[in-house]
Amino acid sequence: MTNLLTIAHVSKAYGSVVALDDVSIDIAANEFFALLGPSGCGKTTLLRAIAGFEDPDAGTITMTDNTPTANPPTTIDLLALPPNKRPVNLMFQSYALFPHMNVRTNIAYGLEREGLPAAEITQRVDEVLEIVALTDKATARPQQLSGGQKQRVALARAIVKRPKLLLLDEPLSALDRKVRAEMQIELKRLQHEVGITFVVVTHDQEEAMSMADRIAVMHEGRVQQVADPITLYSKPANVFVADFIGSGTLICGTVTASGFDALGTRLPAPTTTTTGSAVLLLRPENVTLTTDPHHAPLRGTVVETHFYGGSSTTSIAVPGLDAPVIASHAGAPTVHAGAEVGITWDPTGAVVIPG
Amino acid sequence: MTAARSASGRGAARRRALNARAIFAGPGLLFITLFMTIPVVLVLVYSFFQRGRFGGVVWEFTLENYARAFEPVYVNVFTESLLIAGTTTVLALLIGYPTAYAIARLPQKWRTIALVLVVLPFWTNFLIRTYAWIVLLNSEGLLNRALVDIGFISAPLGLLYTPGAVIVGLLYAYIPLVILPVYASVERLDRQLLEAASNLGASRARVFFDITLPLTLPGAMIGAIFVFVPSMGNFVVPELLGGGKTVMVGNLIRDQFLETRDWPFGAVLALFVIALLVLLFALQAYISRRINGRTARA
Repeated sequence: MTNLLTIAHVSKAYGSVVALDDVSIDIAANEFFALLGPSGCGKTTLLRAIAGFEDPDAGTITMTDNTPTANPPTTIDLLALPPNKRPVNLMFQSYALFPHMNVRTNIAYGLEREGLPAAEITQRVDEVLEIVALTDKATARPQQLSGGQKQRVALARAIVKRPKLLLLDEPLSALDRKVRAEMQIELKRLQHEVGITFVVVTHDQEEAMSMADRIAVMHEGRVQQVADPITLYSKPANVFVADFIGSGTLICGTVTASGFDALGTRLPAPTTTTTGSAVLLLRPENVTLTTDPHHAPLRGTVVETHFYGGSSTTSIAVPGLDAPVIASHAGAPTVHAGAEVGITWDPTGAVVIPG
Repeated sequence: MTAARSASGRGAARRRALNARAIFAGPGLLFITLFMTIPVVLVLVYSFFQRGRFGGVVWEFTLENYARAFEPVYVNVFTESLLIAGTTTVLALLIGYPTAYAIARLPQKWRTIALVLVVLPFWTNFLIRTYAWIVLLNSEGLLNRALVDIGFISAPLGLLYTPGAVIVGLLYAYIPLVILPVYASVERLDRQLLEAASNLGASRARVFFDITLPLTLPGAMIGAIFVFVPSMGNFVVPELLGGGKTVMVGNLIRDQFLETRDWPFGAVLALFVIALLVLLFALQAYISRRINGRTARA
């Protein structure tokens, strides 16, 4: 994999508020990359810095052109270019469609700025209208479109420029749940089809997990972890990522030479090299309930059960833990609220996070 | 059965909403009826009858008043008024638009101060402000004195009592009426639209001419109407700063009602100005709709 975008040691503060704190991320060509984090974590600031609407206080953002025509590869210093000269297109959260232009003129706007011949502009707009299935809406004004259609116009307006890098700011947040699911698939398909590197900003972890090849989890202006979705879920680098990604139970304890001690007992855990205080992460699907509380590492009282058709989850209140332990398994619930149960897990199913 | 009942329920809800709307709109409607609709109808009615000797009307139908309005002397007054009001409007836009744009781009706290400064002259009596221009512009006035003193001119210029002085007076009086609506439309403009245009490759000048200007045009047109129409009808400024040499439609109408006591002819002239106003607002609404698609906004 070759790097397309290199973000190195980028920092940005607004007065005393630190929006970006020494952020370094490498994004590969043709990657679907997600910036994930709660609101205010700096992900949108980073996106706007790449597009040129924020000026970082420190750091560099460079783009490398690896196409066969660029031999040797050329590197562009993005921060040295004004926003209108950057080979990067941004799809705005609000879509920012020009209300005084119709769908076709909105999409053609960027190509006209490149000074392309009219015939080529028409052809490329027609192509992209076809891709987003809006050919019949070419003369409609943005106000006449539904949310999903507006989103597709905004996308079309960005990809018609054939940028190396497409930035998407919360692209699906304005859509209702059903349209959103369709659009996730659509975006993913489109990314393969047009071969553009996507960087998506989102606060929705399911969205990031289902679409992205790799995800950078951000919190308070810092990158917490950059990894593929499976690694993020199964090997979170710190407690924030463990808590933010997926659901699970966090148990504070101490790693000793012989095992993981918490709640006054020895808990099953994978062996680690470092000792000291640590947090044990239990994912719901790795938790097994037993009807024999006295021979299980933890025991507690069932608070509630939820049946989702194919699977069910059980919440168990364990003395000494603030939040209930969540267990999930296939099929209908096997226990009832109020029952005393034992909680057990395979040592390899738990994750020890130092900290 | 259920469908029928819920439909009648919706009807009742709609009636209640209408009643509520009537209550809220009531005072405004009453005011407009009493002080606008009835006077305009009166003016319309007067215009078709003959003048009374001491004002008022004699109830004998005639179209004479309309025919008279097209006599060259009155057409000239209209033409000159259009020229003066038109020049004032163009200048007001040229000065007011950039000012409003700059104010809208100030940090929030400075914006408020700047807007207060814009409307501050309104706190002084209009006549006094106009008299102040006499002090500034007359042959012994501040401007002439200063120009003579620095040796820029050898003898005072005849600044006062010219159409130019009238334009300056009108411009000064009405420029806040351009600044305020333009400010409102620039401030309401979605910044992301400008960023989107820039992201698509538009230079700063292109962003302004492609996005900012068309989307603030309806506001600028409202401002233009707010300047143009009262400039046409103003009779104080032409009298004080034009020295009676510049007769505008406003002076003519005032004279018909107060001096020559020809109410019907005054009514005809007033109707022409009203018709112009309606025409301009219709044009504004049309262009506004063209720009904003279906949702017409000022």
